[in-house]
Order: sequence, then structure tokens, then C-alpha cells
Amino acid sequence: MKTLVAVLTVLAVIIALWYAACLPMNIKGVLTEAERAGVTVVPAGAKERRDMGVIGLVLDNSFAIPATWAQKRPRLPAPHQVAVELWKTTGAMVLKGKTMSKRSLFFHGWVTLSATLLGFAIGTGLGILLAVGIVHSRVMDMSVMPWAIVSQTIPIIALAPMIIVVLYSIGVQGILPKAIISAYLSFFPVVVGMVKGLRSPDSMQLDLLRTYSANLNQGFWKLRLPASMPYLFTSLKIGIAASLVGAIVGELPTGAVAGLGARLLGGSYYGQTVQIWSALFAAAILAACLVALLGVIERVVLKRMGMGA
Amino acid sequence: MTTESTTQAVVEARNLDLVFPTNDGPVQALRDVNLTINKGDFVSFIGPSGCGKTTFLRVMAALEQPTGGEITVNGMSPDEARRQRAYGYVFQASGLYPWRNIARNIKLPLEIMGYSKSEQDKRVNEVLELVELSGFEGKYPWQLSGGMQQRASIARALAFDADILLMDEPFGALDEIVRDHLNEQLLKLWARTNKTIAFVTHSIPEAVYLSTKIVVMSPRPGRITDVIESPLPKERPLDIRDSPEFIEIAHRVREGLRAGHGDDV
Repeated sequence: MKTLVAVLTVLAVIIALWYAACLPMNIKGVLTEAERAGVTVVPAGAKERRDMGVIGLVLDNSFAIPATWAQKRPRLPAPHQVAVELWKTTGAMVLKGKTMSKRSLFFHGWVTLSATLLGFAIGTGLGILLAVGIVHSRVMDMSVMPWAIVSQTIPIIALAPMIIVVLYSIGVQGILPKAIISAYLSFFPVVVGMVKGLRSPDSMQLDLLRTYSANLNQGFWKLRLPASMPYLFTSLKIGIAASLVGAIVGELPTGAVAGLGARLLGGSYYGQTVQIWSALFAAAILAACLVALLGVIERVVLKRMGMGA
Repeated sequence: MTTESTTQAVVEARNLDLVFPTNDGPVQALRDVNLTINKGDFVSFIGPSGCGKTTFLRVMAALEQPTGGEITVNGMSPDEARRQRAYGYVFQASGLYPWRNIARNIKLPLEIMGYSKSEQDKRVNEVLELVELSGFEGKYPWQLSGGMQQRASIARALAFDADILLMDEPFGALDEIVRDHLNEQLLKLWARTNKTIAFVTHSIPEAVYLSTKIVVMSPRPGRITDVIESPLPKERPLDIRDSPEFIEIAHRVREGLRAGHGDDV
């Protein structure tokens, strides 16, 4: 109960700060519109106001405060504007029976989610394979690991268009290029986590297997792999969030018409900040759901393995 | 092989040397170690840290390779003996897998060695009974006390019926009361199974209480300074520790340790 109160307090503070930030962000636009509509504002004339401090403008024109939370195209939309837009493009569509219409975030979310899941599967598979190789071969350790690290230092936004162009030229298009970009981001945490996990058994554990004359295969399946499970799940949670980012970034350079990335892009083309923010929140909510889902799977799996103490 | 089971040598070490290369130059972990362990012996290795007692155990188990001299286990090299499943090894920590329950932990070596399912189940029941853990097969390691975990790890070492049990300070991390209890149980188990046991310890009373033969070792270089054949009977109640014989042997062990320490105490 105490924690709930604390959590809600933090949430309330964030929302209050957000509403407060709308005042200085939107005041100039609001005053320009108000002046056009014939209201007296202090000082008159957009030119005079251009170089003035926004806090001062808010204080001099307190009548305009409610309007900063209700603009059609605000610089910073207020929380309730984003919430209303989210509802209009999700729940309201469902009620109208148009769940998968082109204006629905379910439609766009699913487009992005399908690429995310495919990319996540590719990235996880690749990551586990690389980690197995790295743990068992010193050559792989020294040759693959540095490249894996370098791969993550290149900004994905720079690489994504090239991946798409190269794949298009060999005839690959559709969901796969996006999935590959998303796999590119998600394999890395899996490699790092699994290498650590597969190496987690201590020398005593390895000696014990040697006294049984166990071979490499048995050591892997009976000791290293089960010992790495907690590490794997931690990596998967980071990996799935990275996958979602990858899928969204993959939608930007193609000028895609569908997907959360396309909503972001469309919103910025037409100055629809409310649409941008609602797409951002949809992405965040989606990521939170995916991570939470993995958390549930983690608990169930580790509990069944007897490690969920 | 002779049929004389009482005097049959199980482990024979002749002029055994082992040098570890380290950054600070070579370290002589074992120098000129000569020792015979007979079938059915309970041999304790006692000495301060760095005296090579664990190293010697590891050489017997082919976990370390000697750099000089000879050692045979059951008449063959330690490596061959391992492949013949000559010994079970018990470490200081139980090393039970947290994701396996007790029965499946004990089955681990059996699975690796390719025992059939029914044989596995049979052996699990047998060894759990030996260490008095029957009824705990479905429990996970974290549900057991430290002493019980160590008993489970002894059961695991016994499961594939090795003749030799190598124990590296198995009760070192446990408190004294639990330790006394486990020592008593271990003697009973030894009497019932007629295994040959090599046991590394820091504790003088533990070594004297358990052993038929006490090997006193000293460090830098690791070597044997005294081998004491215990005159105590095989049947040993806990209060034998108050008998004059016991105190005399303990005294001799202490003297041996002190002599080995030289002046760097």
C-alpha cells in the first residue's frame, strides 16, 4: 500500500512537470493564434515577442494558460491530449469494429511487432550460437567478440538505409529487412549475456565433470546451458527492447506507410506532434508488455527448473 | 592382482614431484612424496595451507599432472583409473546443481556414464539410504541444510560404486556439531562399504578420529613429514576422543605439524 502511494506520487509529479513544461513550450504559438483572433496580448506583435523569455510571456498573459494545453498542433502536447489520441486510435477503433484499420495503432503496432519478433528470434538464435562458439573456441573468442562490439558502435540510423538498399538490390524486401535491422541490435546483449552465463560454472564444477570423464557435449547440456539460463533471460529482456527500436528505425528510411515508425515519420512530416507522441507511447507500452511477458516466462521457467527461490 | 584384500596397495606414489610455474617463479607443490595407500584404508592428509595435501589428492584424481616420479591408482595411471571409474571425488562445497533436485543431482554422474534409467533409480535409492537422506530425493539443494547438502554430494560420489573416495575438506565449511555428526556417519558408511578413503583436513581431532593412517604434511616445498598408523580400533564411538590413545596420537600429529613449520610460524 505504501509502495503504491509512493509510485503514484512519482507518477503525479511527472505529469505535473509535463503540464508545467507545456506552458513555456507552447505560449508563443498560443499568443500568435490569440492575437490573430483579435485578443489583446502583452506585448503585441509576434516580432516583439520573439526574443522575449517564455516565462515572462506566461506571467504577462496568464489568461492564455489553458490554451497551451489545448492547441491543435502544440510543440509539446499535454498528457491528456496524448491520452485522447491514443484512445481514439486504439480503443475507440475497436468499439467501431475497425481494429485493423489503417488509422488504428493496433494495425501499425502489429506491423512493427511482427518485424520485432522475427528480428528478435533471428538475433537471439544468432547470439546464442555465437556465444557457444566463443565459449568453446579461443579463436572465436578473439576474432568474433571484437567485431560484435564494433558492430554496436555504429549508429543504427546510419546503417539501416544501407542494409535496406543492399537487401533490396538482391531482391529481399518486406518484413525481412526490418527484422534484420532489429536482429542486428538484439543479438549483442544475448552474446554478452550468454558468454557470461556459459562461463559461470566455477572451476570446481568443471573439475567435478572431469572426474566423471564427461565430454564437452555433456558439459554443455548438463552444466553450462542450464547454468546460463538466468543470464539468458536478463539478456532477452534487453534484447527485445532493442529489437523494437530496430524495427522502428528500420521503418524510417524506407518511408514506410505502416508501422509505428511510419506514424512517427508521418507525424513529423505534417507537424502532428500529438500523433508523434501517441506513437512514441504506443511503442513504449508495447516494449513494456514484451519485457513483462519475458519476465513471466522467466519466472515460470526458472521455477520449473527449481531455481525460482 | 592379489586376493589379499587387506594389504593390497590401491595407491602407490614413488618420488612424486609437482612444480607449478607461476609469475613469481616455480612453486614446488610436492617434493619427493612416497606413500602407499592400502585397500580399505582411511587416510587423512593434514597440514597447513600450501603443504600440497589437496594437490596430492588432485594428482590421484588426474586433475593435476605430476612433473616427476610415479603414481599408480589400482595399478594403472590416474587417468586410466578415472576412465575405469575408480574413484568418486567430494569437494569442499557440495557443488549440487541448483536446477536439479537431489535425486537428479545424484543421477548426474550416472547419466554421464550411461547407466540405464532403472539402474539409475535403484542406485539413487541405495546411496540416499547410505547417507541417511531417504525421502529427500524430490527436494532441491536450497531446501537442505549445509550438512545435508554435503551428504548428498557424498551420495553422488558413491553412486557409481567407485572403490576409492577422495574427499577434499568436505566438512570444512560446516560448524563443529554438524561436523561431529557427519564424521560419525562417515565412519559407519566406511565400515559398511569397505571403500578406501583419502581425506584432506585442517582439523587434528577430525584426522585422528577418522583415520587408520594419518599423513602429516608441511609446506614450501610440500612434503610428507610423518605417517602415523593409528592403533585405534575400527569401531569408534565419539567419546573415544577422550581416551589416552587418542590424545597421544593427536599430540604426535601436533608435534609433526610444528616440526614441519620450522621457524616460519
